Amino acid sequence: MQQQLEAERPLSLVSSVAPGQRFRRRRFWGRRIGLPYLFLSPFLLLFALFFLLPLGYALYISLFRDRLVGGTIYVGIANYQQVLHDQNFWSGVQNVLLVLLVQVPIMLVLALLFALLLDSKLLRFKTLFRVGFFLPYTIPSVIGALLWGYLYSSNIGPFRDITDFFHLPTIGFLTSQGMLPSIENIVTWQWTGYNMIIMYTALQSIPTDLYDAALVDGASGWDIARFIKIPLIRPAIIVTIVFSIIGTLQLFNEPQIMGTIAANVIQDHYTPNLYAYNLAFTNQEYNYSAAVSFALGAIAFAFSYIFMLSTNRREQR
Amino acid sequence: MAITEDMSVAANVPAPEQSSQQRHKQQRKGWTGQSLVTAMMLVCLVYFLLPLFWLIVSATKTNSELFSSFGLWFAPDFHLFNNVGDLFTYDGGIYTTWLGNTIYYAGCSALGASLLATLAGYVFARFRFPGRTVVFAIILGSIMVPNTALAIPLYLLLSKIGLIDTPLAVILPSMVSPFGVFLMRVYADQAVPEELLDAGRVDGAGELRIFWSIALRLLTPGFVTVLLFSFVGTWNNYFLPLLVLSDPNNFPVTVGLENWNSLAATFGGSQILFTQIITGSLVSIALLVAGFLFLQRYWQNGLSFGSLKG
Repeated sequence: MQQQLEAERPLSLVSSVAPGQRFRRRRFWGRRIGLPYLFLSPFLLLFALFFLLPLGYALYISLFRDRLVGGTIYVGIANYQQVLHDQNFWSGVQNVLLVLLVQVPIMLVLALLFALLLDSKLLRFKTLFRVGFFLPYTIPSVIGALLWGYLYSSNIGPFRDITDFFHLPTIGFLTSQGMLPSIENIVTWQWTGYNMIIMYTALQSIPTDLYDAALVDGASGWDIARFIKIPLIRPAIIVTIVFSIIGTLQLFNEPQIMGTIAANVIQDHYTPNLYAYNLAFTNQEYNYSAAVSFALGAIAFAFSYIFMLSTNRREQR
Repeated sequence: MAITEDMSVAANVPAPEQSSQQRHKQQRKGWTGQSLVTAMMLVCLVYFLLPLFWLIVSATKTNSELFSSFGLWFAPDFHLFNNVGDLFTYDGGIYTTWLGNTIYYAGCSALGASLLATLAGYVFARFRFPGRTVVFAIILGSIMVPNTALAIPLYLLLSKIGLIDTPLAVILPSMVSPFGVFLMRVYADQAVPEELLDAGRVDGAGELRIFWSIALRLLTPGFVTVLLFSFVGTWNNYFLPLLVLSDPNNFPVTVGLENWNSLAATFGGSQILFTQIITGSLVSIALLVAGFLFLQRYWQNGLSFGSLKG
């Protein structure tokens, strides 16, 4: 048992790079470094061109500033200092943090609940639910957002018809108060099933004889979920949390689509990503835009890194 | 409405009054619990399928019915085929071009991404070489870097080398799939036995030959999983093509539809009809959903590698 836990532990993405020892006997293959790199070269070439290079380039241009007079000059970290004091940037960060604190927990708790139910004997028609809940994930997020935009709208959406029929006040999905929950709903709709499947497949791989022992001891279904299943799929849960953190901080498609429907509610800096996009393509402020994206990237990286560190530490105890 | 009716029917079905009376009490308690949970899950299912149901219903309406009739039920006229016809003939059939572009971009990216990832994953799993740990750590770390930090410099770089507004501007960056490399490494670790490779080496086969005729065959299920993921990833991608493409003839469906949507939002339906956007969404989703339902097994495989062996 303990061994299995150990084996599943190196989930934290970076720490799973443990080189195997059992291959030592074939060390002479290892001396041939040309061949592995030859095989790797197609991937590494594109990786360097379309990942490392843009990343380095972003860092580079974020250190410069375009002047109307005098052209582009090196300004060091001045752009980043400007980001630190930029109200627009921080109001965007505030929006995505709200989503992170409200929507992500709701979505992941639902996903876990669904996964446990799919894995239990409490549910019938399991395939129907598994496929049905996962289906929104296969829909492009742009189209998902478009669809919800129509559903929310007061002229062609059905909710207006329903509230009118019962003489209820119209729900302001697209007002400045309603917008963030509306966006959170779209994200929840799209990603709950995906997270559910990740947790469900992890649950499926737990050997069932583990439960038998607990059942003999008189454990309830809830006890089994609480003390056996959830601890065992911890790695999968952590994966979903990390991906949710990264995805949420980058929120772009949904607010952008909502912006075309409710332009007065979604400002050009509604999320940091939207802000960076508009800085670059509306204002042509590429240098500052690079600094904003880099700052956002740093925040996302820091968040997921701190999160993973904290889970590792707790595991070590 | 059909959905809600189904729900109530299904919720009532497991009422095994006569049959369970003789059975254990506990089992009966299990039955009621089961139907209660199933009913609750059906409510959730309605939520997850609601937008799709609305989409299907709306695609059968005329533009004015869209506004006048109740959103969640069919209007008297069945207008789906007219809508599909309008969709494919509007603006010289530009939707067909978009659909073709999407398939082309997604196909090329997926094939390239999965080939590169398979090769790389195999090497990381089965070769020891200097720099292996560091290179793999960098690739893994890149999964955590937000796309945003990349997209705008990517745009600037692509425009410097004159690739902006060409298919390659979408395809080449989409071929880089760090997550695919990670999956394939995990998969190759399990699926390709060292002994088999050694047997090939003893027989004097070259490494390329060994990869091509032994390893690749064993890696096929993993390969297909990565293929599917990258295909859907590119099919659904919006941010990258939005940035790097400006000629409508190069748009994929996602960017094209959103373009129509902002036209409709700005000009209030005088330039483009909502039915067209709705029907266009339905057509593009239908293809992907059908594919997903057929290839379900591979989806689950992939997701389980990703989470368990991480």
